[in-house]
Amino acid sequence: MKLLDRLLHRQEPPSGEIARERLRLVLAHDRANISPGLLEVLKDEIIAVISRHVPIDPDGVQVTYTEGPRVNRLVADIPLRTERRARR
Amino acid sequence: MSARVVTITSGKGGVGKTTITANLGVALAMRGQRVVTIDADIGLRNLDVMLGLENRIVYDLVDVVEGRCRLRQALVRDKRLQELYLLPAAQTRDKSALRAEDMVRVCNELRESFDFLLVDSPAGIEQGFRNAVAPADEVLIVTNPEVAAVRDADRVIGLIEAEGKGPARLIINRLKPELVRRGDMLDTEAVLELLAIDLIGIIPEDETVIVAANTGRPVAFTDNSPAGRAFHQIARRLMGEEVPFAPLKEPGFLERLFRWMRFEGEEQQ
Repeated sequence: MKLLDRLLHRQEPPSGEIARERLRLVLAHDRANISPGLLEVLKDEIIAVISRHVPIDPDGVQVTYTEGPRVNRLVADIPLRTERRARR
Repeated sequence: MSARVVTITSGKGGVGKTTITANLGVALAMRGQRVVTIDADIGLRNLDVMLGLENRIVYDLVDVVEGRCRLRQALVRDKRLQELYLLPAAQTRDKSALRAEDMVRVCNELRESFDFLLVDSPAGIEQGFRNAVAPADEVLIVTNPEVAAVRDADRVIGLIEAEGKGPARLIINRLKPELVRRGDMLDTEAVLELLAIDLIGIIPEDETVIVAANTGRPVAFTDNSPAGRAFHQIARRLMGEEVPFAPLKEPGFLERLFRWMRFEGEEQQ
């Protein structure tokens, strides 16, 4: 029924699901006392440090906080600006 | 015999703490328990009007603490039930009129004569909240199935654990089964998973609660309303009984089909 609903009428998930996703993030940040603002600061500093040594794509850098069953972690995803031909 | 002190708190205001305290008091007293409901919301007294006892108050909690009367003199007895009492908050003072050790002392003095002391906490996480939690043997957290209330509940759960008063149990108040079915309200499973806490009751949204607040006669006096029944289930669980959680009433196949057809029809117009 829900699936049919979504196929027929809805582009985005029902609002209850959006609430759940928003809460998941908000609670994670609240519990760790790591705000989205702090993540931005960390991101900027990581970009500054890494790009001093390695060429990176600053727009593609993502720093996220994730809660795991045993350990919570900060994940930094840093795309390198490498030569294309290395792949061939 | 020594009473259990149960504090009802939430973080966010307006989620139903006072309504729940009043109704649990009524439900427990109807089941033969000797109960004192204690209004710890100094300056914003409300539990008295929920119980319909506002005209009978002579002394209050702050009068007791400051020695203007004996504890027994401040207790207002509910004439509708054998063993239900109210210890009212002061209305003209503020939260600083009370300290945590005052609440502990008052509750300890009441313990030997009663089975349950239900403490209605003020909203927030400041001194008033700390006063309400200080005497607690256990804590019930009230939330509504919405983002802001669940977020504040999570914060309070953390504080309760830090105080060594955990694990708290959760009451989900004002759930609308119809909205949940449509996917437009957080369901019980989602809330429990997010907060990682045990459930003690689900109270459905119920208009009779508003009528009850108007008249000062809590819905738990009868069990012919959905909310009234929910309060009695929570009371039984508090008394240690195993009461299964009934699933939300699902509409039958025909009703679903009918609703679906009607929905499709509206879409085409």
